[in-house]
Amino acid sequence: MPASPVSRVAATGDLRIVGQAGSEALVQLLTPEGERVDHPDYVVDAPAERLQSLYRDMVLARRVDEEGTALQRQGQLGLWASLRGQEAAQVGSARALMADDMAFPTYREHAVVLCRGVDAVQIMAIFRGLTHGGWDPHRFGLAPYSIVIGSQALHAVGYALGVQRDAARARGPARPAGQTTGSPVAVAYFGDGAASQGEVNEAFVWAGVYNAPVVFFCQNNQWAISQPAERQTRVPLYRRADGFGFPGVRVDGNDVLAVLAVTLSALQRARDGGGPTLIEAFTYRIGAHTTADDATRYRSLAEVETWKLKDPLERVKAFLHRKQLADPAFFEQVGAESDALAARLRRKCLGMADPPALAMFDHVYAGEHPPLRRQRAHLAAYLDSSPDPGEVPR
Amino acid sequence: MTMVQALNAGLRAAMGADPAVMILGEDVGRLGGVFRVTDGLQAEFGEDRVLDTPLSESGIVGTAIGLAMRGYRPVCEIQFDGFVFPAFNQLVSQLAKLRYRSAGALSLPVTVRIPFGGGIGAVEHHSESPEAYFAHTAGLRVVACSNPQDAYVMVQQSIAGDDPVIFLEPKRRYWEKAPVDRAAAADPLHAARVARAGTDVTVVAYGPMVRTCLDAAAVAEGEGMSLAVIDLRTLSPLDLQPVLDSVRSTGRLVVVHEAPSNCSLSAEIAAQVTEEAFFSLAAPVLRVTGYDIPYPPSRFEAAYLPDLDRILDAVDRSRAY
Ligand SMILES: Cc1ncc(C[n+]2csc(CCOP(=O)(O)OP(=O)(O)O)c2C)c(N)n1
Ligand SMILES: [Mg+2]
Repeated sequence: MPASPVSRVAATGDLRIVGQAGSEALVQLLTPEGERVDHPDYVVDAPAERLQSLYRDMVLARRVDEEGTALQRQGQLGLWASLRGQEAAQVGSARALMADDMAFPTYREHAVVLCRGVDAVQIMAIFRGLTHGGWDPHRFGLAPYSIVIGSQALHAVGYALGVQRDAARARGPARPAGQTTGSPVAVAYFGDGAASQGEVNEAFVWAGVYNAPVVFFCQNNQWAISQPAERQTRVPLYRRADGFGFPGVRVDGNDVLAVLAVTLSALQRARDGGGPTLIEAFTYRIGAHTTADDATRYRSLAEVETWKLKDPLERVKAFLHRKQLADPAFFEQVGAESDALAARLRRKCLGMADPPALAMFDHVYAGEHPPLRRQRAHLAAYLDSSPDPGEVPR
Repeated sequence: MTMVQALNAGLRAAMGADPAVMILGEDVGRLGGVFRVTDGLQAEFGEDRVLDTPLSESGIVGTAIGLAMRGYRPVCEIQFDGFVFPAFNQLVSQLAKLRYRSAGALSLPVTVRIPFGGGIGAVEHHSESPEAYFAHTAGLRVVACSNPQDAYVMVQQSIAGDDPVIFLEPKRRYWEKAPVDRAAAADPLHAARVARAGTDVTVVAYGPMVRTCLDAAAVAEGEGMSLAVIDLRTLSPLDLQPVLDSVRSTGRLVVVHEAPSNCSLSAEIAAQVTEEAFFSLAAPVLRVTGYDIPYPPSRFEAAYLPDLDRILDAVDRSRAY
């Protein structure tokens, strides 16, 4: 499958994008200073409302993230993985998705979760240790968080193969192969560190040879815990795609507009039967790896400060201001909304009761499992403080 | 010192004694490992002996095999128990079998350190007890330390041995302190030890549950019961001699571990003790283990993990026979 860049027009409501995957340089449409710049391959015409709503998404995501960190510090959560700095990469890509697309996130994709329509309380429930999952993947088009690095990339490819097969069956044998425009696409989210896992590279192979309708969305946030991205690759990550036979593109991951445009274009390519794309969103993990990590042990504050100047929210705000695309009332309203969200989140989180112990036996199997039923009954009896002095049921 | 410090000291001693010893793992260099077990070792021994690896467990174990074939003694760190599975092929089909495959021509002195077990309130994949998979695999040796002294000694013994060793570290005990005597005579690596003598019921554990069982024994003593606690230390090969000796006097055995019970170490121990000491047993071998479910979200941990009460409950049931 030759990785020939194909130009196309992705018409998606209010956005008009002429996309060309395989672009050489970093795709950027909004500079850190909030200047609109043109890109030959991604001609984007975004109305004010769209920019406002992307900005609002990012503000709310950042607020949820701040709340997560605060709640962890106060002992309400066991851990928190901060997305700070990656709001544009996550919001831009997630807002490119259709409702029936399927996203496969890692533990850091909180903004993706929010954009998919899931209540932020569900994320808190995971980090509070109440559940491993939190939302219905089918309802929201969002797989559970994947913590084993890279494992979800293969799931995305498999899902995409299913979509591809569904489309082929719907078309019937007489029609030519290729994806049906409008059918869903799977998106695998993963990090720079994950790019070293065998499973991610296997996912590339499978996606390539089957021309699967999948988008690999790699947030290169420069760090995998204490390991800099250079420890994972000698070439820019997006260029890996070349060797697997599909296009790769590097986008300014702190530029929400560019991320949106590049993702829309890749999704359209997949919908049109053009196969996979690897998007490398070049961004930065502003916080420590998680609340359990001390980043000062391995990276300089100066580096962090440099990246803070490229803040994804500030540039949109500056642009909206300068072009008078939003008035002070808009910013006030977003601020108030964010305050209300934070207050609600905090209240809900503090009110989350521990589940009954016996609930841990639920959902291990679809059907009956007699030994498990006996273990559950044994624990129930034990918790009633009248443990059966007979044999341990096994 | 803490177990983390003891392991650190053991690794430092091993590296100092033998230039062939290398450390490979994610975040083990500059950061010193997420638990700081390798803290300072890269600064002391250099980046070519303490490797911050790419994020790939299969890569860590697979390349350790090649390094071992070239005469090195790699020590691999797997960051958490739940992340060992990407390396499963390299561990089970390669590391375990290359000596056999090569008719003894190849020696694979690779130590794979894995922090294991729960009790730290972590998210999924950070609290598992995968020991049975490895004990089930011929060609791998499997040990679990329970205290700083053993941690210090056993990690060096594992590295010095010529077979691959899965070295399990009870992460919930990482920060518990005990004196370490670097000059003390060491028990052999593959020997169980009587951690507390007792006459009424024998309790067997390893790794994180040894402390819990000793606590249970202290409580039992207050209730007029004498529990023998045996720290297994080695899971493959098993050393059941101290267990059999004890059972022959107590007649009662309770086996405790965090791992689920189905096809577990306790199943093997119960079978062997029944075969070897059937007529000494006054009660069936009882087990206190994790349930046969995936490790649950952390808010269930207290109910999932064996604790003092569940151990004493089993002791009571054993005595009630
Ligand atoms: C298979 C596996 N190995 C190790 C870990 C421990 N771990 C958690 S996050 C992480 C770094 C991930 O880096 P990256 O893929 O860049 O994602 P980021 O955390 O930067 O979002 C590591 C090593 C894991 N979760 N899974
Ligand atoms: Mg990263």
